[in-house]
Amino acid sequence: MTDIQPQAAPASMDRGRLRKAPENFLDAAGVRTVFAEGRQGRRDFIRSAFAAAVAGGGAAAAAAQGAKGVGDGDPAILELPAHSTGLGRPVAADGYGLPSQYEANVQRRQSPGLTQTNQASVSFAPLQSLFGIVTPSGLHFERHHQGWWDVDPARHRLMVNGMVKTPKVFTMDDLMRLPSVSRFHFIECGANTGMEWGNVAVPTCQYSHGMLSCSEFTGVPLITLLEMAGADLKGGKFVLAEGADGSSMTRTIPMSLVASGQVLVAYGQNGEMLRPENGYPLRLVVPGVQGVSWVKYLRRIELGDQPWATKDEAVHYVDLLPDGTHRQYTSIQECKSVITTPSGGQVLLDRGFYSISGLAWSGRGKVQKVDVSVDGGRNWRTARLETPVLDKCLTRFNLDWVWDGKPAIVMSRATDETGYVQPGIRQLREARGTRSIYHNNATQAWLVQENGEVKNVQLA
Amino acid sequence: MFSLRDRMAAALVAACLAAPALAQDRFPGVGRAATPREVAAWDIDVRPDFKGLPAGRGSVAMGQDIWESRCATCHGFFGESNSVFNPLVGGTSAEDIKTGRVATLKRTDYPGRTTLMKVPTVSTLWDYINRAMPWDRPKSLKVDEVYAVTAFLLNLAHIVPEDFTLSDQNIAEVQQRMPNRNGMTTAHALWPGKDFKDGRDKPDVLAKACMRDCGPEPATGSRLPEHARNAHGNLREQNRTVGAQRGSDTTRPEGRLGDAAGPVNVVGSARQAGPHAAAIALTQKHACAACHNMDGKLVGPGFSDIARKYSGRADYLQAKIKAGGSGVWGETPMPPQDLPEEDTKAMAAWLAAGAPR
Repeated sequence: MTDIQPQAAPASMDRGRLRKAPENFLDAAGVRTVFAEGRQGRRDFIRSAFAAAVAGGGAAAAAAQGAKGVGDGDPAILELPAHSTGLGRPVAADGYGLPSQYEANVQRRQSPGLTQTNQASVSFAPLQSLFGIVTPSGLHFERHHQGWWDVDPARHRLMVNGMVKTPKVFTMDDLMRLPSVSRFHFIECGANTGMEWGNVAVPTCQYSHGMLSCSEFTGVPLITLLEMAGADLKGGKFVLAEGADGSSMTRTIPMSLVASGQVLVAYGQNGEMLRPENGYPLRLVVPGVQGVSWVKYLRRIELGDQPWATKDEAVHYVDLLPDGTHRQYTSIQECKSVITTPSGGQVLLDRGFYSISGLAWSGRGKVQKVDVSVDGGRNWRTARLETPVLDKCLTRFNLDWVWDGKPAIVMSRATDETGYVQPGIRQLREARGTRSIYHNNATQAWLVQENGEVKNVQLA
Repeated sequence: MFSLRDRMAAALVAACLAAPALAQDRFPGVGRAATPREVAAWDIDVRPDFKGLPAGRGSVAMGQDIWESRCATCHGFFGESNSVFNPLVGGTSAEDIKTGRVATLKRTDYPGRTTLMKVPTVSTLWDYINRAMPWDRPKSLKVDEVYAVTAFLLNLAHIVPEDFTLSDQNIAEVQQRMPNRNGMTTAHALWPGKDFKDGRDKPDVLAKACMRDCGPEPATGSRLPEHARNAHGNLREQNRTVGAQRGSDTTRPEGRLGDAAGPVNVVGSARQAGPHAAAIALTQKHACAACHNMDGKLVGPGFSDIARKYSGRADYLQAKIKAGGSGVWGETPMPPQDLPEEDTKAMAAWLAAGAPR
């Protein structure tokens, strides 16, 4: 690149010698120049972003990528962009950084018409755009029962009472002082994929499977707090968890999971505190169990000898069977998987190589294997499981695929370490009918059409 | 004289007794005992066996008065409304009250399920009304008012007569009339542990992982109709601008292979807090959002609808927020709002400016 002049080093900068960073790199005049350029750069950035917004309803991405029709060269290579020929923005320009402006299409979204209020509602995580197994905290799916709050942690309290020797109160100071554990777990709403029991109802995996997220949670095993209160662990068979929000969400928690040390009182999520939408400053983590039991804004734990039949285990989160009976206290999220790329609502750009990629999980333990079919379930190949493969956690799988341009139905089918195999929708319907709403863990089929469009389909 | 065996047994007993004490003493200085008043303030749950139910009483007639002022805007005068929440009442019969099984739950043609078709336990109603209702002012009802509202709701479903007074003394008898009291089962494998007598170890659906020549030739059974193509918004703008795929442009008919490669608009913003965040936050803080959505009617009109109708009329809007009223958008009254002057001013200015996001 002989036609590009290297920038002259500032006079004060001696080559080959270590100098103190960063202020000694530049003399006073140099600092002034850099700051002026920085400001100018900032103005230009804002101006160009604004111009793009006016022109196209948003900052448009660069033209199509790819090797076709590049002539003597790709302008993206031949014409150096501003970021290669100017000074970038300074450190700590944003004290708590945000995603690139070009990522703004990747958002959690409501499904139109699903709920009538925005406070007792759901937003779905954009699974089609996520990598690996961790859900960025700002994209974690939301389910609120009476709106969310940003609770002052200094005023938050956790009470432990019921069948205990001494009812206890813990502040956040207390809880964060105790020995903590950090564990990766998925959380899935019991109603995830609930709209698809009877027929295809939504176009993309964001809406069909997006009440699913996975984080590293940090907190204290609930059993520790119960022991500190002198819990009657023989007589106490069930735990009630209660939130501090308006609905004071309550759920009966299985004591077997609490006693095993799996249930956490968590304040940390992906290295930071919980987000307010996810229960800041304290929530319950109940691995393998549906999200409604992971009570947010957790204010109270009660140990008892009977379940509570709370609103969300007697009116909602009960699974209707064809004979008119409801299953009550259904909790475990059974083994399930979904291909996230390619998935419904997307368009393949061309024939050729694709990596079929997706997520698998089980509320009963680790994922053992994932099989992928590209012919609507007639023949299957076993996919690669990417590490880590953890207990009650999302597992990423991948399978190489060369698309020949013909219609293809891609599906995934997970098996967990108990040997349980993810069923098809027909088999689920035979056992549970179509009105259960909850716990639909059927295999998902995506039809790749000849024009590259991917459609959500259910097989006859 | 004690034998070695006796001494060992005694040591074991001592160890067992000491174990819980150790657990309690393991973290000195962390946590404290809750006071009885604190426990009473928060321990509000009521179980199906009525443990936790405070003494009190409330009549159907008293419940009706509370219902009409506090509950009917969302739930309808007869608990039948589905404009804000699912209907509470309907779908149960006198026969159901006898059998404890709601017959309509077997019908696939019955439109939806009401609360009283599902709920098996009257304690659930009492507990939830007490802890979470009304929607915009949870926990504001007094104990007798909770009894009264519960009584009125039960009367709407003909579970108790019009002249009934519900109390802690007779609520167990009412339980024996709950239409779906025998409608629940725990005979499934979705509860971890063996706490339910009829719980199952084995999942109800057992699939096999066939690998070759499985099942019949696949045929598509269900897919979205073409007219629903754009029902979830433009999917092209719900996908990343780069990668192996693009989102489908659902604002136009499907294209040919390769058409999707063009540039993708970036909509919205990664930044949530805009210049109007403060005014929007006020509508949350003062629970306006309990009755008003951003767009479209909830209990009251959507903010964007109000903004369209009264564009630029901040003073009128502020007066209206303060005074409340009815008749402009429907008969459901908006109560007067006693809020700080600067807050009503800010919200009115925001509405007059078009209720921007």
